[in-house]
Amino acid sequence: MEKIPILKMGEFLLVTIQVDMHDRLAMALQDDLTRMISQTEARGVLIDISTLEIVDSFIGRMLSNIAGMSRILDAETVVVGMQPAVAITLVELGLSLPGVRTALNVDAGMDLLRHSVDGTSETYGHRLH
Amino acid sequence: MNAKPVSPQSVKLSEVLARHEDKILAQWMQEMSGSVRRSDLIKDADLRAQCSQVLRLMKQATESAGANFQSPAFDRMREMLDEISRSRGQQGFKPAETATFLFSLKPPLFTQIQAEHNGDTDTTIAELWSATELLDAMGLYTMEAVQKLREDTIRRQQEELLELSTPVVKLWDGILALPIIGTLDSARTQVVMESLLQAIVQSNSRVAIIDITGVPTVDTIVAQHLLKTVTAARLMGADCIISGVRPQIAQTIVHLGINLLDVTTKATLAAAFAVALQRLGITFTREAHNNGVQRN
Repeated sequence: MEKIPILKMGEFLLVTIQVDMHDRLAMALQDDLTRMISQTEARGVLIDISTLEIVDSFIGRMLSNIAGMSRILDAETVVVGMQPAVAITLVELGLSLPGVRTALNVDAGMDLLRHSVDGTSETYGHRLH
Repeated sequence: MNAKPVSPQSVKLSEVLARHEDKILAQWMQEMSGSVRRSDLIKDADLRAQCSQVLRLMKQATESAGANFQSPAFDRMREMLDEISRSRGQQGFKPAETATFLFSLKPPLFTQIQAEHNGDTDTTIAELWSATELLDAMGLYTMEAVQKLREDTIRRQQEELLELSTPVVKLWDGILALPIIGTLDSARTQVVMESLLQAIVQSNSRVAIIDITGVPTVDTIVAQHLLKTVTAARLMGADCIISGVRPQIAQTIVHLGINLLDVTTKATLAAAFAVALQRLGITFTREAHNNGVQRN
């Protein structure tokens, strides 16, 4: 079964979704990620979905679930690189991903994570209400 | 139009046309010297060419199909009527004048038909009837052609307006502005949303300012559309600021009970720009001597 790799970068975890997400893959990612966070005591999770072109409500909810679970495990989640079409779809589905932080690209996302972990004021990126 | 079979009577229309083409043309030109002539718009030679072409095509078509305008034999005639309606429209003719141009063929044609069937009242009436039906159909066809042209123009302009109305402007490295002018409906919002999000990706902008100074009214639907755009931009990692909120619009939004608390709103584009710069950590200072560029 295919698996989404989770890379450890310092105190952060990097997840790049490069295949079509289906529900079982999403559930597996959720399991792996929570396990990794508690193992590595990561402070932040960065999920890159720039190659993701199709989403449904399940994937949308999964993203927001992962953010919620990470927060409980004391790690910030940033979703980066969402395509316009994906953003429009999620909004039309009524999923505004509350509690998920977003950034334009991996660079901006890493900056955001670093700032929030350091506790210094962020220059960009924001928390969704 | 009744699809009448080709009857011996109606074949005679083509015979009349063939036999007296020159005479009919001359009388037709004379007939038009009155009110419909409009010599200010079309030259004599052009008009004569148009008339003789109409007569020629009419002769050809009536030979095989009689006075049945719906028949495929009239295809070339219809093409030419389309062309005449288009060119006359450009020349400044009114649609009624174009139709009258065709109707003015009636007197010379009827005169010839009458002369041809000298004394035979029944045949004359039948012939006149089919000729008048044909010319009426042709006249109405030009009216329809004009209307179709107008509708095409309107549709094209609507599409152009849709494209024109959504410019995304880059204000600074990382700051986009989207001035919206005119009423926001669902179709426009879709275009606005897509072009803004696309521009955010392309220019890698972290802040987008939606300026609604040019939006006359905000109702619940418009507000909903705005909120959707703001949320979509946020999902992509860009901040949205709504600027140009006029006092009446602020009142309407509150009265409608729309929650804009999560969205940064500013009264002017300048104020929104200042916030955007602040978010990017860019500051300007006024130079000590006053001849420099004044920034705040």
